[in-house]
Amino acid sequence: MAGLLARPLVAAGPLGHTPPIMQHAPSSPSASPAAITLAGLTKRYASGGTLALDDVSLSVQPGEIFGIVGRSGAGKSTLIRCVNLLERPDAGQVRVLGHDMLALDDAGLRAARRGIGMVFQHFNLHSRRTVAENIAFPLEIAGLPAAERRARVAEILPLVGLEARAKAYPAQLSGGQKQRVGIARALASRPRLLLCDEATSALDPETTEEILALIRDLRARLDLTVLLITHEMAVVKAICDRVAVMEAGRVIEQGRVFDVFTQPSQPTTRRFVSEVIGHGVPEGTIARLPEPGPGETRYLAHVLFAGPNSTRAVISQASREFGVDFNIVSGRIDEISGEPFGVMALAAYGEPAKVTAALLWMQQLGLAVTPIEEDAA
Amino acid sequence: MSWLTPTMQELLLEAFWETLIMVGASTVISVAIGLPLALLLYVTAPGGLSPNGWINRPVGLLVNALRSTPFIILMVAIIPFTRLVAGTSIGTTAAIVPLALAATAFLARLFENALREVEPGVIEAARAMGATRLQIVTKVLVPEALPGLIAATTVAVVSLMSFSAMAGAIGGGGLGDLGIRFGYQRFMPEVMATVVILLILLVQGLQSFGDWLVRRLSHR
Repeated sequence: MAGLLARPLVAAGPLGHTPPIMQHAPSSPSASPAAITLAGLTKRYASGGTLALDDVSLSVQPGEIFGIVGRSGAGKSTLIRCVNLLERPDAGQVRVLGHDMLALDDAGLRAARRGIGMVFQHFNLHSRRTVAENIAFPLEIAGLPAAERRARVAEILPLVGLEARAKAYPAQLSGGQKQRVGIARALASRPRLLLCDEATSALDPETTEEILALIRDLRARLDLTVLLITHEMAVVKAICDRVAVMEAGRVIEQGRVFDVFTQPSQPTTRRFVSEVIGHGVPEGTIARLPEPGPGETRYLAHVLFAGPNSTRAVISQASREFGVDFNIVSGRIDEISGEPFGVMALAAYGEPAKVTAALLWMQQLGLAVTPIEEDAA
Repeated sequence: MSWLTPTMQELLLEAFWETLIMVGASTVISVAIGLPLALLLYVTAPGGLSPNGWINRPVGLLVNALRSTPFIILMVAIIPFTRLVAGTSIGTTAAIVPLALAATAFLARLFENALREVEPGVIEAARAMGATRLQIVTKVLVPEALPGLIAATTVAVVSLMSFSAMAGAIGGGGLGDLGIRFGYQRFMPEVMATVVILLILLVQGLQSFGDWLVRRLSHR
């Protein structure tokens, strides 16, 4: 029984086979040229060191918010820096807004960078410039006359709600306000692409929501494409259309956020997903569950109802056909990108073989079944 | 106050001016040379904006060599150079040359440290916006480091005051020299005390001014 519990269900039986990179949906509708196309990016920092990027390919469509999620050291920071060539990949191709970035000379690269806004985790504002002067900085660099700079700053300040703080210095602002300045600065030269490097990681949850709402709002208003990296799956759930999961320099899974959340194929992805839509079962509740009878096992699982079979009476059918009893520990409805799905924590009781069979059957119906580890619950 | 004869007053005043001239001129020269040198060291350092070991290493070595030579030795060691630059190897003007040289090396390091204090993220942001290297230096690096640069200059000026006391060895004059010649060699403790008090007041004033300027300029 301990063996069964320790093993995720998907790793058992014919379902255990998973391709190295799970493509959930056709990644490029190829109707319009991609805003960003990265192909075969490889980067190694020290010779002989580990690969920061290991043959990474992905494309970001115009107008979408694309998230890259991974733990620190997964390579996502290097990846986003390869888009505007703050880091140069050792090999691969980088096409951004029609530019073959790696083929540009210095002047060409600077011009291309002016069309790409970037927002940083630690804001990276000039401490000795006021809010207005910070926002004007990219325009100053581009050689815009002072009058035009002032006009553009006046135009963009209301977009981020900072009209009243134009003359404040960064040190006088809250974290959320600083990031608003960062966003305003990134958008000052009217870029079509916004790169967000852990833009909300230094902010508290409430401010994070505020900033994410702002990014979503600006995307719609300014017709932006957004590529963001984060270590928080909640950020992906809140604003991304598509997501790529990175681990050890590789993209291990990518697709529509709803698909990745409801049908994660990789263990790392499942862990990320469970952070956000965890089983929500308090430890005490699990401790109070009845023990399995003689010859029986108890298996705690977290089942995600999404897709065509999500409205079927799956549990009662499984109970009837496999002779397994289910104890519903918790259940709720959640929503991603406006699509609802159900999350349920179940305790299955019965003969070990029958429990496994019942849960595998559920999985074959397209429901994501993830074990809940009892000691980790 | 019998010691404070009109002649002594004149001597003190003259020494005071000599100190001011020596320190003032060598500060101006050392800032003017030290800052570009510091920028060169910063920019060419490994991982810098234009890493270049062929420039960074020799310049770093030169700066270190100058800094590790005791000032009194530096002063006599470079007499031929001083004569070339100042036209003479004795007097206040001649003392400015070794003072400026020592302070330049000192400041180059202090300035380099101040530049390193600038948050790398701000520079990265400027790169991401398409800034040229020159724009990064003139619009980001130096403005952001300004309070640190001024604090470093204040430290250097105070050190120069102390170095300038040694200028007496080559006839440079100044308060320190007066203190040695009259206070010590002619047994006039009052002169020594006056010199020391004047120097303390001068240093205090300069330090306070430097601190005030730093506070005014930084918005942290």
